Amino acid sequence: MHVLTEQFKLTIPNDTKAGQSVQERIVRRLEELDYPPRDVFGVRLALEEALVNAIKHGNRLDPDKSVRIDCRINAECVRIEIEDQGLGFRPEAVPDPTAENNLERPCGRGIMLMRAFMTLIEYNEIGNRVVLEKRRGQPEPECS
Amino acid sequence: MASGQRRVDIEEVGDVTIARFVDRKILDESNIQIIGNQLFGLIDEDGRGKIILDFTEVEYLSSAALGKLITLDKKAKAAGAKLRLCSIRPEIYEVFAITKLNKLFQIYDNQEKALEGF
Repeated sequence: MHVLTEQFKLTIPNDTKAGQSVQERIVRRLEELDYPPRDVFGVRLALEEALVNAIKHGNRLDPDKSVRIDCRINAECVRIEIEDQGLGFRPEAVPDPTAENNLERPCGRGIMLMRAFMTLIEYNEIGNRVVLEKRRGQPEPECS
Repeated sequence: MASGQRRVDIEEVGDVTIARFVDRKILDESNIQIIGNQLFGLIDEDGRGKIILDFTEVEYLSSAALGKLITLDKKAKAAGAKLRLCSIRPEIYEVFAITKLNKLFQIYDNQEKALEGF
């Protein structure tokens, strides 16, 4: 079992600026724990996508709504739960943005990027809560 | 546009316009809006025919920014303008590859190669 390095629960206003300060806090912690740069890149990107989805699509930019964040970070794994107050959605109903006919559509790539960069991404049944999990990757070999 | 809002540096090399992103992170929605307007203006208002987007400074890019690039590409095609991308670091290139946008855009290693035969 790994020693829990940090755990926090936050409820932030429905504002992307507030989302970004949470993002910075998590990224800073990962850097302090020497996570490989690719992991930090992926977590920041996935966090950005998930928070924007929650604020913009879930809570529909409603200033009276908020987003709940539950984060646990240790030396081997980071797990972030993000929940909005929206009606949810069905992730499987989002069209594949890489399909030939959808390639020129400007939307629908966020979930795909989260899946690509995180070890695990899981939605609850109604789709208003997502769990993002990233396990520490292998350090890149040093150039000789 | 106020200079404080300028998020893309513009340079002319012959008949080619080089648009170089100023920001390290292209994430924030309002920032992406400003960048989009500035880039769209190159086509809609200035009627530039050959544009290279230089990503040298860019370390992070979200799907919202990709959406703006796709809209820019559509505008360029509709106006008969040509668009090339260059100097994309490996992590960002991976974002293009995962979303298969490396098939939609012409991507070059650096500005010199993007200028060749443009």
